[in-house]
Amino acid sequence: MSEYVLAATDRPLFEWRWVERNADEIVRRLGEHLALTAAALAIGLVLAVALAVLSLRWRWFYAVALGAAGALYVIPSLGAFALLVPFFGLSFTAAVIPLATYTLLILLRNIVTGIQQVPAEVREAAIGMGFTRLRLLLQVELPLALPVVIAGLRVAAVTTIGLVTVTAMLGMGGLGFFIRQGIQTTTPNPTAIIVGIGLSIVLAVLVDALLWLSERALAPWARKAGRA
Amino acid sequence: MGAEGGAGVNAFEQALDWLGQPGRWSWTAPAGIPYRTLEHLGFSALSLVIAAALAVPPALVLAHYRRGAFLASSAVNIGRAIPSFGLIILFWYLASRWEVDTSFWPLLLALVALALPPLFTNTYAGVVSLAPEAVDAARGIGHTEGQIMLRIELPLALPVILAGARVAFLQLVATVAIGAIVNDGGGLGRFIVDGFAQGAGGYGEILAGGLAVIVLALVCEGVFALLERFAVPRGLTLSRRATLSTRPV
Repeated sequence: MSEYVLAATDRPLFEWRWVERNADEIVRRLGEHLALTAAALAIGLVLAVALAVLSLRWRWFYAVALGAAGALYVIPSLGAFALLVPFFGLSFTAAVIPLATYTLLILLRNIVTGIQQVPAEVREAAIGMGFTRLRLLLQVELPLALPVVIAGLRVAAVTTIGLVTVTAMLGMGGLGFFIRQGIQTTTPNPTAIIVGIGLSIVLAVLVDALLWLSERALAPWARKAGRA
Repeated sequence: MGAEGGAGVNAFEQALDWLGQPGRWSWTAPAGIPYRTLEHLGFSALSLVIAAALAVPPALVLAHYRRGAFLASSAVNIGRAIPSFGLIILFWYLASRWEVDTSFWPLLLALVALALPPLFTNTYAGVVSLAPEAVDAARGIGHTEGQIMLRIELPLALPVILAGARVAFLQLVATVAIGAIVNDGGGLGRFIVDGFAQGAGGYGEILAGGLAVIVLALVCEGVFALLERFAVPRGLTLSRRATLSTRPV
């Protein structure tokens, strides 16, 4: 089933013509790839913040949550998709659930570490000024933890972008579509494979750079202090 | 929603049926889960050994002479950005284009390439983070640079190297399964890919194959956790935290 028969071709490894002809398709698949990535990161981030808040309140909860996130992280991507497809079909949902759970480990760990690194005197000053727990979290702890949180987010984003290509195995879209298309047609197409891989890497580098820039904009003090 | 739930329950029944098929528990027939498990582990282990042989020595030497810090820190980031699925397909395509045997080498090369960054980075980080006193003492009693690397730095950095091997191995287990798409083997991923090829009728096989891969990965993780506990020299007080902070997640 997995053995495609290839005719030996003299086709060049990369043809601009193909790229020009398929420009619309490329843009569409790029959009799909970004949508999956953004959804997975957003879900992962919301869950991780919720888990982090509970973890900071109860130490035992942190151990449990970290263990669970670690176990989820270990699950092979194809296995996770295989577990969900019979229940959700070949759908966005089946693809996004594993992608989101893979981000939990690093996001949870970095959010908790970042908040724990907030100096005690800063926290005490805020409480002394009458900050409620929620205001303390939103206006003091999270902003100060931002550099560490964004560092985690960068790793999560790059990993997710690479993983989204695997969803092509479930016939989902994204740039993996091109990678798969390259060997599924009767005349194999190296250009499609290279475009799929290349754009995935470019996307990862761009998102990584964008997050790095946002960190510099949102946490300018982190540049002056020696970063952990 | 209700219909989907129904499909799920049905998939469980199909999976049980599939597990009961003849030859499913064979160690020698390709339809057997044990056979595919061994294939999966063998492929992953072989890739890990080759990658370690390629990555650890240069990382050890570079770290000893404090060269190539940038390479060590960026290796893992580069590795993360490269889609493993794409690498497998690309290598397979190139092999078929050059008329090389496609059943083994393309997948193996892709796997080795994926395992290199965590091994390289962790070896480097493990050596660089050692207390300089140990190295100075060894030099003082007349060890050569080569002896220092092999007898002092390598054993002391072992916990961090193992942490890297653990990350690499889990990536390998996940990627061998993906390899089923271009390879007659592919270990336990074989069942998932074959199931997908059958459409909705293959849900039982997909589910059973998925569970098998997940169980395998969790067992491997457990074994690695034990290894890390026992492989650390007893005199070594390297806190778990240090291992975690240098671990490329």
